[in-house]
Amino acid sequence: MQTLQLTISNRIASLTLNRPESLNSFNGEMHANFKQALADIKKSDARVLLITGNGKGFCAGQDLSDRKVSETTADLGDSLEERYNPLIRALTTLELPIVCAVNGVAAGAGVSLALCADIIIMHKRASLVLAFSKIGLVPDSGCSWLLTHAIGWRRARALALMGGRISSAQAYDWGLAWAIYEDEKFEHETRQLCETLAKAPTKGLAYTKRLFSRAAIAELHTQLDDERDYQRLAGRTEDYREGVSAFFDKREPQFNGK
Amino acid sequence: MTVRTYSEDNDTVRVIELAPATAGGLNVINDATLTAISQHCRKADADSAVRVIVLCAQGKHFAVGADVRELSAKNKQQLQNDKRRDNWQAIAAISKPIIAAVQGSALGAGNELVMLCDLVFCDEQAQFGQPEIKLGLIPGAGGTQRLPRIAGKARAMQMALTGKALSATDAKQCGMVCAVCKTELLLETAVAEAKKIAALSPLAVRAAKQCILATQNTSLADGLALEYQHFSDLAESKDRAEGIRAFLEKRAPRFTGK
Repeated sequence: MQTLQLTISNRIASLTLNRPESLNSFNGEMHANFKQALADIKKSDARVLLITGNGKGFCAGQDLSDRKVSETTADLGDSLEERYNPLIRALTTLELPIVCAVNGVAAGAGVSLALCADIIIMHKRASLVLAFSKIGLVPDSGCSWLLTHAIGWRRARALALMGGRISSAQAYDWGLAWAIYEDEKFEHETRQLCETLAKAPTKGLAYTKRLFSRAAIAELHTQLDDERDYQRLAGRTEDYREGVSAFFDKREPQFNGK
Repeated sequence: MTVRTYSEDNDTVRVIELAPATAGGLNVINDATLTAISQHCRKADADSAVRVIVLCAQGKHFAVGADVRELSAKNKQQLQNDKRRDNWQAIAAISKPIIAAVQGSALGAGNELVMLCDLVFCDEQAQFGQPEIKLGLIPGAGGTQRLPRIAGKARAMQMALTGKALSATDAKQCGMVCAVCKTELLLETAVAEAKKIAALSPLAVRAAKQCILATQNTSLADGLALEYQHFSDLAESKDRAEGIRAFLEKRAPRFTGK
C-alpha cells in the first residue's frame, strides 16, 4: 500500500498515513488502501488500532487536487457517500480501541478522522483546523456530530462557522486530547498506551464502545437497558472470568481478548 | 440451505432453524426449504407438548429470498399450480404462536416468511425488504398484501415499488417488530418470550392469535363477534377458572390446556 503503512505486531495495528508531500491528505487511492487496511486488521490478531501520520502533518483532509472542481458534474455528496461515510462508519463501529496520535496539523476530514478515535494523543505542535467554511463547504465525515459531542454545541458551532483552529493546548483544555507530548515522549507514551490496550479485555472494551456510541444521545432508560444487555454479554467472556480469578489470586490478569 | 429443529423448555418451545448449506453462505428459501419449514411448523402445531414455535436462522442474514434460478424455470401455468402456495398457506394456518428472530436481511420470500410470524424480534443490523420489483416481478406470497397491513400503504408502496428495505429502527417504529436486540442476545430474547407464552393457557393464546389474525379478513363487526365468541367459549375452560383463582389467591397459575 503506497499511501498507507500498516504494520501489525504484538497485537498492535499501526496505520500510518503516508502521503507526507501533501500532509497526508485523502485521495482515491488512500481511501481504497484504508478500506483494505481495515479489512486486514479485522482478520488479524490486533487488539488495538493506532492511527498516525508520516511527516509534518497528521491529515489535511481531502486532497483538493484530486477533485476536479472545474467539472460542474463533480458531486461532493457522492464523494461522501462512496468514500468518507463508509470510512467513518467502519472506524466508529470497529470493535477495537482506536488511538490517534495526531503528529501535526489535522484539517477538514482529517479532524473527523482524529475524532473517530477513542483516545486522541496530540503532539504539542499539532492542531485541528475546521477548514470547511474557508472554502464554502460544511463540516463532513461526521465532524458536525463528533465535534458537537466532544466539545459542545456552542464551541463546535462557532469553530465551524469561523473555520477556526484548535491548538493542542486548547484541545487538551477542552477535553479533545487525552494528553499532549513533544519530542520522543510523543511516540514513547503513545506506544505505551497502545501496549496497555493490547493486553486489555478487548471484548469488554468493544461492548463498552458500543455502549458509549449512544450514551450521549439515548435516554437514560434506554441506556440502562443497553448496560444490562452488554453486561450480560461481558459476563460471559473468558476475560471476565480471568479478571475475577486473577483478583482473588492476587496476580496480574492475562487477558486473551475473548 | 438446511432446516433443523430442536426443543427448549421441556419441549414446550419448538425452535425451527434455517441454516446456510455452506459456512458463510446465504439462506435461500427454495422449494425444498419452504416445504421443510411448513412441514416442521405443521408437526409442531400437531404436537400437543409444543406451545410456541420460534423461527430463527444461522448465518449473517435471516433469509435473502427465494431461489431465483428455480423460479425462472417455472412458466405461468406451473406457477399457477405451484406447491409453494400450499406451503405458504400451511404456515399461515398454524394455530400456535410463531416468533421470528431476524438477524441481518429478510428479503423477498424471507420477509414474507417473517410477516407470517406472530411476534418478531430483530437485531440492529436487520432490514426487511421486497426487492422483487428490481427483477421485473412482484412478491408472490403476501408481500403486497400483508406488508401494507403491517407497515402502512405509503411505506409498503415504497418498499414494493423501489425495493427499498426497512431498517430495524423503522421496522420497530411501524410495528413490524416487537423489539430490536443485540445480535448476541437475539435468539435467547425470542426464546425467553416463547417460554413466557408457553407458560400461559394454550387455549387463550390460540384464541387471541386467531382473533388478531382475523382482523386481516373481517369487518370490525364480524371481528368483534368472533372475539366475543372466543371470550365466552373460554368461560367453560378449566384454565380460565384456574387463572382467575390464582390471580385472586396471589399465586402463579398452573395451566393445563383444558
